[in-house]
Amino acid sequence: MSLLLLSSVTKRYGAVTALDRASLNIEPGTLTAIVGASGSGKTTLLRMIAGFEAPDTGNIVFDGGDIAGPSGMVPAHRRGIGLVAQEGALFPHLSVGGNIGFGMERRSDPGAVDALLRAVELDPAIRKRMPHELSGGQQQRVALARAMARHPKLMLLDEPFSALDAGLRSNMREMVKRRLTEEGVTGILVTHDQQEALSFADQLAVLEEGRVVQAGSPRELYLQPRTEMLAKFLGDALLIDGRVQGGETDTPLGRIRVGRATSDGPARVMLRPEQVRLVPWSEGTPTAEIVSASFEGPITMVRFRAGGATFTLKVPSADAPVQGRASIVLIGTGHVIPAAG
Amino acid sequence: MLSAEIAAPRPLPAPAARLRRLPQNAPVLAAATIIALLSLIPLGFILVVAISAGWDQVVKLVIRPRVGELLLNTVWLEAITLPITIVLAVALAWLTERTALPGARWWAALMVAPLAIPAFVQSYAWNSVLPQLHGLWGAVVIAVISYLPFVYLPVAAQLKRLDPALEDGAASLGKGPAEIFWRVVLPQLRLPICAGALLVGLHLLGEYGLFVLMRFDTFATAIVDQFQSVYNGPAANLLGGVLVLCCVVLFGIEAVARGDRRYARLGTGAARMPVQHELGAWMIAALALLAITATLSLGVTLATLLRWLWIGGASIWALRDIGAALAQTVGLSIGGAIITTVLAMPMAWLSVRGSSRFQRGLEAAHLYAGALPGIIIALALVSITVRVMLPLYQTAATLVFAYALMFLPRALTGLRSSMAQAPVELERAAMSLGRPPLVAVWRTTMRLAAPGIAASVALVALGISNELTGTLLLAPNGTRTLATKFWALTSELDYAAASPYALLLILLSLPLVVLLRRQADRALSA
Repeated sequence: MSLLLLSSVTKRYGAVTALDRASLNIEPGTLTAIVGASGSGKTTLLRMIAGFEAPDTGNIVFDGGDIAGPSGMVPAHRRGIGLVAQEGALFPHLSVGGNIGFGMERRSDPGAVDALLRAVELDPAIRKRMPHELSGGQQQRVALARAMARHPKLMLLDEPFSALDAGLRSNMREMVKRRLTEEGVTGILVTHDQQEALSFADQLAVLEEGRVVQAGSPRELYLQPRTEMLAKFLGDALLIDGRVQGGETDTPLGRIRVGRATSDGPARVMLRPEQVRLVPWSEGTPTAEIVSASFEGPITMVRFRAGGATFTLKVPSADAPVQGRASIVLIGTGHVIPAAG
Repeated sequence: MLSAEIAAPRPLPAPAARLRRLPQNAPVLAAATIIALLSLIPLGFILVVAISAGWDQVVKLVIRPRVGELLLNTVWLEAITLPITIVLAVALAWLTERTALPGARWWAALMVAPLAIPAFVQSYAWNSVLPQLHGLWGAVVIAVISYLPFVYLPVAAQLKRLDPALEDGAASLGKGPAEIFWRVVLPQLRLPICAGALLVGLHLLGEYGLFVLMRFDTFATAIVDQFQSVYNGPAANLLGGVLVLCCVVLFGIEAVARGDRRYARLGTGAARMPVQHELGAWMIAALALLAITATLSLGVTLATLLRWLWIGGASIWALRDIGAALAQTVGLSIGGAIITTVLAMPMAWLSVRGSSRFQRGLEAAHLYAGALPGIIIALALVSITVRVMLPLYQTAATLVFAYALMFLPRALTGLRSSMAQAPVELERAAMSLGRPPLVAVWRTTMRLAAPGIAASVALVALGISNELTGTLLLAPNGTRTLATKFWALTSELDYAAASPYALLLILLSLPLVVLLRRQADRALSA
């Protein structure tokens, strides 16, 4: 049974279509990341789930009941869906305790507030401080505690880590993930950072121009993206025109098996760079002619020519070929990107 | 030999020139200190009067039924006008900024427009339409419709820039629209409400024309009465002392109400438009409230004015008198505005370029002395010129100086925000390119702040152009500004002849509305 089901939701602002028949299914207890470039409609999608926007067409079912659709919508404050905004959106006129107590049934029960503060790994002594006296990371933790105070079944996270610096960001991400998982709260994270999405979620949904182009496990989306754009969005990708014959394809880098049962004929094949290895040269193997190698500490950028094309590859510096030639080894399977349409 | 000479470094400047003991900004600091001392003259005057009159005299003149009566009037006036103004202004600002109201932009402009009508002109119009309206309630009605924009303007500006994420956050925490308004939106309006209400409160203390026409006695009207019968009498001066105490009480109440908490916006917030609420069935009521307010604050006065202009016909356009009054008004306004702005410059520059306790003290002197009612400033200058500088009594110089004291805060706030736009690095760059400090400031910051300086001159000039109380007391014989001429004709009950002057006062003040509105929006975003 799903906790949240969006069916063919469309939203237009004047001539701009923010969401175009977007559908999404969220299972209870999962963590989903919605990724997409800016302007892809991910914020609109989140605001629609939260109850700040109404869909033009389509409907949303949450926890077994219609919350938005042709018959009207349930306002945000009656949905019981938690929200952590980009910069926390703490109430500047209330102390930390006041903020956390804001949505609680028994207003500012100190014991409960302290427990929530500890759960987000903050010192309860912080309770009396005002939001402007907190660092960005602390503000986000308080915002999470404030939203958790109402025990929502679903928590929406609107780019909550984007204003934090890199070290703090992964720290916070792990903490949020832990909190949600331990409390059994279903989470939806909106982000434009694919790394963040891949490491946070059990399920990834990618938005492109208002459409959910693919949803699935991070592994599936990374290794078997449905479009070229998606392939490039989730990481570096080598995109090669090849010809499939008997479950294999020839590429300038050599021959590789292709994953799915693909009919013979021309195909667009994606390889992730980490599937390409350069090893000491031996006779009768696909050959890379090294053009240049530039040392960058742990890795070396190796430019090489193979099969008439030029490639650039990050290679661990410890065994990077710097001149001459090397043999190419391809590992895993190549992914054939379905023809557009 | 030759090459060695060429390579020799240029001699360093003499040590005396490098090791200056005084801080670089010493001349500016000195100028600001002198101006701050000058602006303390009215306050000092009141103190000197109270001390030199002696305790017995003070008790005799202050503890008497008349003063009690005036005090009671003042308390009632403030206690009734302020709550009505605040509630109405917040409601109207919320309607125009936060609801899906047809023509919201136009309604917003109409709510600010009464700024163009001097309060004594509102009084004049209502007096001729509804002579029954007078006394306390007459004063309250006219004060509310005249001073509403002082609260509406900052509240609307704040509503416009409140972070919408806060309201979204409150909704996601299970709060309905009404509770969100009380617990999230309203607390954020506390600062603009306090600032606006203080301004209204001070106007109620200092306004003269409005209350005379409403036949309601306040300290300001009593002081002018006293003054006109026996000028420089201790009675008027001590009433002035009580009035200053009332101002101090008002400042105290505002400081307590404002609290010391910051209501800073955290981070940049969401770059979304604020939520626009649908009014549904309440739409009619909302439109009615706006329409009634606009009718009372603009419609009645404009219709009355047009009626008097119509009745008066061509005969009231005594072009020579009107032209002379207009010329004098424009001359005094522009001259006074330029002087005021120049006087405010040292302090404005100091306050955007750093702060120390001493500087904050100077700034407070600039701001608070000007916040005293014009009548106090006039009273002080009359007494001082009569006693120690008789040749200056009733001269244009004294009048312009009074204007400068009254409008110093207005000039200072305008200058500060425009100078703050010019980064200090530019001044440093100019100095490192060999310009002496004052030249460097002049060529960089002042140059960049020029539009803001012009706007500040305009704001002050518009304020001077409809100033009445101080001008009545201080103007040299034969001075006829639009405001004093209007007042003279109204006092003779020649309402028709006064109408062209009222019309000109309103037309002159129209740019003020635009400027103040822009300033309110910017002040909050700075």
